[in-house]
Amino acid sequence: MLSTQRETLETGIMHVVLILGSILMVMPFVWMFVTSIKPSIEVLSWPPSFIPKSPTLENYRTVFRTAPFLRYFLNTFLISTISTLSILFTSSLSGFIFAKHRFAGRNVLFLVMLTTAMIPLETYMISLYILINKFGWINTYQGVVAPILVMSFGVFFMRQSILSIPDELLDAARIDGSSEWRIYTTIILPISRSALGALAIFSYMSAWAFFIWPLIVINDRNLYTMELGLTMFQKRFTVDYGLISAGSIIAVLPILIIFLILRKNIIEGIAITGLKG
Amino acid sequence: MGLLPTMLLYVLFRIFPIIDTLRRSFYSWSILGTKNRFIGFDNFSKLFKDKLFINSLVNTTHFTILVVLFSFAISLALAITLNNRRMERFSAVYQLIYFLPVITPMVPVAVMWKWIYDPQYGLLNYFLSFFGISSQAWLVYPNLALYAIVIMSVWKIIGYYMVIFLVGLKNIPKDYYDAASIDGAVGWQVFRYITLPLLRPIVLFVLVVATIQSYNVFTQVYVMTSDIQGAPGRLVRVLVYDIYQNGFRYFKMGYASAESVILLLIVLFLTVFVFRLMGRED
Repeated sequence: MLSTQRETLETGIMHVVLILGSILMVMPFVWMFVTSIKPSIEVLSWPPSFIPKSPTLENYRTVFRTAPFLRYFLNTFLISTISTLSILFTSSLSGFIFAKHRFAGRNVLFLVMLTTAMIPLETYMISLYILINKFGWINTYQGVVAPILVMSFGVFFMRQSILSIPDELLDAARIDGSSEWRIYTTIILPISRSALGALAIFSYMSAWAFFIWPLIVINDRNLYTMELGLTMFQKRFTVDYGLISAGSIIAVLPILIIFLILRKNIIEGIAITGLKG
Repeated sequence: MGLLPTMLLYVLFRIFPIIDTLRRSFYSWSILGTKNRFIGFDNFSKLFKDKLFINSLVNTTHFTILVVLFSFAISLALAITLNNRRMERFSAVYQLIYFLPVITPMVPVAVMWKWIYDPQYGLLNYFLSFFGISSQAWLVYPNLALYAIVIMSVWKIIGYYMVIFLVGLKNIPKDYYDAASIDGAVGWQVFRYITLPLLRPIVLFVLVVATIQSYNVFTQVYVMTSDIQGAPGRLVRVLVYDIYQNGFRYFKMGYASAESVILLLIVLFLTVFVFRLMGRED
């Protein structure tokens, strides 16, 4: 009896701690939303009110009037989509080659890719900028996506996944006269579906949150990404927190909706891709 | 042949810029294109006399130590709690909640927290007032600002490491725990002699990723303190911010490249160091 009582107590304590933590996790989002539907006078009232006395959508209207957030959204959407598609294609194709083909220099090439996987963009952005500038790609979409078209980690991840596909399967197809490209499209890709899904989530999320590089290569407001647009918006209205909160909610909402729909897939996808690195 | 597109993009936008950064760090170089010349190690010797650089190096290191320590400890504790069999039914819900900050991009997160830290109307000062703590000017004093950014960075990332630790904990066979309890091992001993050693590859991964990420901190610093960044107080100036300023504000690209090389060396050194450290524990 005593031990079950103790267990109940322990479980209770665990829940209390976890719930307190959960409140801390959710609070900033709630607070942001509450702020966004307050009129500016109420935003700067003390003590702060948790339930708006006179809720209004005025802030949202002003946000859309003063900054093209829909445009920012579409820019980010375009950049993330191109980046993800390219990463999926290059990672699966080279993953296939690294996993299932022998050629001179394979291991060296693969090792180089692995070592550079750890090197963050921040360490070579200066030279990258000079290069992109030479191409005349400053303030262009291709300039923004250039560094995120290939992910060395993605190559590694797809290779690991494709390694587990039995060689017999591929040899049987080869005997039937399939070309390597055909094997890639009809065998490798369908079997790797779940790995590709995980990688897609991972790369989409990284591209969506991409910040320092767009900040450097883009100064044309029409090309601003969501992240950049929100930053500039925030700088413009430094103290108008009602407005800034509305802008942030607009930036966060699409992601939260997708997350709540695909929650399990997203958490697992990110955990798996993270771990295989 | 199939490797061609990957390799092309990879060499052009990654390998080449990395090597080019190394090369440029030995030049006095500006994108404005005037006096570009080879100056050997001059950039580096200048760097170590540059107060702003030293300051950002110290700040970034300070930031990294705090963020890695706290996010590691908290996320591991959370994962172990959620891994408890009595938590099984609720694990998914808690994971969902703790993962919210992870999937939210950094800019809106930083904007939220800047508002929470507001010295006059911020939520944090309001809560602290209940405990009799007077209003603090978060994000105004360098030390407080650093801690403020640490808190917010830890808040953002713990869900990620927690989920990764959970995967690792799930992979530890139940037999080990059964054997340990037969041998009379309790709480801390189980953790020290079973959980931790079996979790080693994941601990290693989290430490490396957390360290590299923290050394490259930029977005939250830029968003939360940018209107006061240029201030003489050199408020939480971090390495990447310093590189960004030198490279894209003053166009001292050779100098900024030298800084980048130092950042690169730190990242590489720490990666190797953590691997060594963890490798020795067998």
